Amino acid sequence: MDQHLLSIVLLTPLAGLLVLIFIPASNKNLVKLWANLASLAGFLVSLPLVWRFQTGVSGFQFEEKADWIPTLGAHYHLGLDGISLLLVMLTTLMGFIATLSSWNGIQDRLKEYYAMFLLLQTGMIGVFLALDFFLFYIFWELVLVPMYFIIGVWGGPRKLYAAIKFFLYTLAGSVLMLLGILTLYFQHFSQFGFYSFEISELLKVNLSLGLQEWVFWLFFLGFAIKVPMFPFHTWLPDAHVEAPTAGSVILAAVLLKMGTYGFLRFSLPLLPQASMDRGIVQILAVLSIIGIIYGALVSLMQQDWKKLVAYSSVSHLGFCTLGIFSLNPNGIAGSVLQQINHGISTGMLFLIIGIVYERRHTRLISEYGGLAHVMPRFAVIFAIAMLSSAGLPLLNGFVGEFTILQGAFEANRAWAAFAVMGVILGAAYLLWLYQRTMLGQVTNGKNLTIPDMSFREVALFVPLIAWAIWIGVYPKPYFEVLQRPVAEIVERVRPGYFGGVMAERQQPPVPIVRAAGQASRPLQAPLIRGAR
Amino acid sequence: MSQYYTINDHFAIIPAVMLALFGCAILLFDFWIFPDPRQRKWLLIFVALAEGFTGFGLYRQQAWLSSQGLSELSGFQGSVTVDGFGIFFNWIFVIAAIVVAVVSYQYLENAGEHHGEYYSLILFAQCGMYFLATGTDLITLFIGLELMALCFYVMVGFLRREKRSNEAAIKYLLLGAFSTGFLAYGFSLMYGIAGSTKLDAIAAAIQARPPWDPVVFLAMATTAIGLLFKISAAPFHMWAPDAYEGAPTTVTAYLSVASKAASIAFLLRIFLGPLGSLRAEWEPMLAAVAILTMTVGNLAAINQTNIKRLLAYSSISHAGYMLLGLVAGNDTGIKGIAVYVMVYTFMNLGAFLVLVALRRQNIIGEDMDDIAGLMHKSPGYAILMLIFLLSLAGIPPTAGFLGKYYIFLSLIETGHYGLAVVATLYVAVAIYYYFNVVRSMFVREMTEKAPLASSFGLRLALGVTGALTLAIGIYPEPFLQMAQTSLLR
Repeated sequence: MDQHLLSIVLLTPLAGLLVLIFIPASNKNLVKLWANLASLAGFLVSLPLVWRFQTGVSGFQFEEKADWIPTLGAHYHLGLDGISLLLVMLTTLMGFIATLSSWNGIQDRLKEYYAMFLLLQTGMIGVFLALDFFLFYIFWELVLVPMYFIIGVWGGPRKLYAAIKFFLYTLAGSVLMLLGILTLYFQHFSQFGFYSFEISELLKVNLSLGLQEWVFWLFFLGFAIKVPMFPFHTWLPDAHVEAPTAGSVILAAVLLKMGTYGFLRFSLPLLPQASMDRGIVQILAVLSIIGIIYGALVSLMQQDWKKLVAYSSVSHLGFCTLGIFSLNPNGIAGSVLQQINHGISTGMLFLIIGIVYERRHTRLISEYGGLAHVMPRFAVIFAIAMLSSAGLPLLNGFVGEFTILQGAFEANRAWAAFAVMGVILGAAYLLWLYQRTMLGQVTNGKNLTIPDMSFREVALFVPLIAWAIWIGVYPKPYFEVLQRPVAEIVERVRPGYFGGVMAERQQPPVPIVRAAGQASRPLQAPLIRGAR
Repeated sequence: MSQYYTINDHFAIIPAVMLALFGCAILLFDFWIFPDPRQRKWLLIFVALAEGFTGFGLYRQQAWLSSQGLSELSGFQGSVTVDGFGIFFNWIFVIAAIVVAVVSYQYLENAGEHHGEYYSLILFAQCGMYFLATGTDLITLFIGLELMALCFYVMVGFLRREKRSNEAAIKYLLLGAFSTGFLAYGFSLMYGIAGSTKLDAIAAAIQARPPWDPVVFLAMATTAIGLLFKISAAPFHMWAPDAYEGAPTTVTAYLSVASKAASIAFLLRIFLGPLGSLRAEWEPMLAAVAILTMTVGNLAAINQTNIKRLLAYSSISHAGYMLLGLVAGNDTGIKGIAVYVMVYTFMNLGAFLVLVALRRQNIIGEDMDDIAGLMHKSPGYAILMLIFLLSLAGIPPTAGFLGKYYIFLSLIETGHYGLAVVATLYVAVAIYYYFNVVRSMFVREMTEKAPLASSFGLRLALGVTGALTLAIGIYPEPFLQMAQTSLLR
């Protein structure tokens, strides 16, 4: 059981899909029920990962490896470390919630819709589990097609434009990334005499700095478009605005994380010299900061509720990439945690938009106002989601942003100073959004009669809110899980980083963030400043 | 047996003999024994027998080569050389011919132009292809090429009451003859250089001369032009869209797969054989041609509303990718071309088969509008078409990705980084127009309700090509082994 756990997690949605194919499309309720059961099963089978995962053990766990294409040196190789554990759990949970949220929202072509979701789910889990570059690439591309259909078939008025834009942007990035992969692969062949796509094999390759930079920029294009980082973000608002609710939820919560995950798993460890090259780090940090501030400013200006949240993603993902390229344990651990946080809070925000959109069929902020009077339950949940996204202490967003800023501060004070502006602006556009839509008097007569959230709709939020509070109040287990893999990445990119500290502590230090409630006390971050 | 005709000679050409014999038999039987149109289905048995014997011949050749541990079997004093390379390509011709023959029956019935000689033309064309893939003598190659081309001229114009088909045939004939002229010119120069028509002798003679020798250069240039015409590489691609669009769809499928594969085999024989020593000369030229071909093919396909024409332009761009393998020119590149041709066979045949199914009694069924809403009408066909188009674009996990993978890898290995970047970016362009078709199938509502043409043969052929397109993508190991062992013996 244990040795095939990852395969089971990976293949459960696919098995659900295979059964779904044989359910007649005319029996809509059965299709719905089965799809929800399958994605619930997908979540349940991933739960054992949490308690069987051994914190503090280095390397990958639950590893599975089999030859797949010996001629090419490609393997079916899955494995899990702290970073991928969190992302996989996010994927399975959000997959189930997104599926459940479509119960009423999607009325036509149900079977195809749910089939696409299950396929998407497999692709995303595969991306986070693959330890073989060929396998990774296949899952990476596998995600594109179902997402194209989810946007293009069930989306809004400009769905076709948005769908093909999403597809072309990400595809262009990923084929260039393929060239980077092939360069590494060939360098490995010429140094070791056999072909292999294994990450562990490719880690041994000795690359000149020039070659590393070439590969780094190719990887960068693939990952940065997916994240999306600043100049490549233009597909995101279109895709988000046109996608159906569940599509936006998955897109924001999981799909974007594939890019940041790529940086962490591949760019940094495989290309350490290029990753810590001063010029490159500067460029990436500046792009991240531009993303943070630009995304927030554009959010402030939006008339469309969904577009506002979409641009806020650009801003939040800017924090994640900034954390990664701080290249220290705080920055990276904070970045991973912020990815989870962004998945939870932005996922909730998109669900909230979906709920009002189902009732009013408009997303213009000016159409709403004073909803708190009509929908009290909705108002509370929206408030929690909004505050968690804005980074209120005791909720998840704060912990992530704070740790990232700590890391950024350690790397370069100016970065932290600029990034803090993003936090302030973030609070501004979210609070203003809440004020415009929920508070005050009901100005639009149509809003007087809309019903409050149903039991099913509330149930969607319960696990997410619980998770948000857990991370906000007691993030220690998360940092513990992340400590080993993050330390390994930092050690790889900056050998000797822990040197000074190691002598005293015999182990890489834990990035310490106390429970958010106590965080107003001075933190002991400088502890981690090792020999530089 | 005399010294001029040995058992080896016979063994080297036995598959082609079978094809020619059965082709003749079909002509005779169609005329004498089966005058009734309803009896025409028996002709399919003849095709099956012909392909069965051909396949058996190929299998025997392969087995003999490996049992003797030989790399090649040479016949007729080196005019024909059966090696792994030739056998590999011939298997592709066999598959293409079977698929095309099986689906043609229904298609020609619907088009109202069902004649027995069609099947013999398929076999004769395949006979020509056999010599293109195995010939090592200018005359053999030239005759093989002409045999194949003549059959195709007739087949392209097979819908003789349709203006489009006639126009396509004339265009194809004129431009084809024109390009053959270039080729003949190049061949005569080569003969002049070497005093022999054998490729080996020519290779030696060319190598002995300095590369700047104007005669050598002229021979190379004219030969290259003739060959590039045949694989429809830009700027010599103009015949392809018209011929592809006007021809009966089954013939288009055959033309775009088998004829292209044969021409690629021919091109590889010439460029790696006699012109091999001039690599420094032709490599930049082919690189430019490949880039131009991909540009023209991909950009022109964007605005097409006729799907056959779209696939024609896409097949032009595929020729560009195959040429890149030759530009890289290392083992990976050559193997890449072979793998590319193999996967291209399945996916391109499949895509055309869906169009064959769209042709009904009074509906031409080639426009974007005709395919609209296919997902509602026949989900099976729509999903298969999606797989074929994804594969044509090179998205994993479909077979097309493997082809592109080898081409890109060979470019990286030989340091052609710029070419690699351009080639990969065209994948994104290609997805745009392939997804125009997908969009039409999955998003738009259907414009007419007439059910698709379907026959057992068509469904079988579609199922097999679709299954292989997916299987090669998901578990390519046996297929890659096959390509490897057949090429590197």
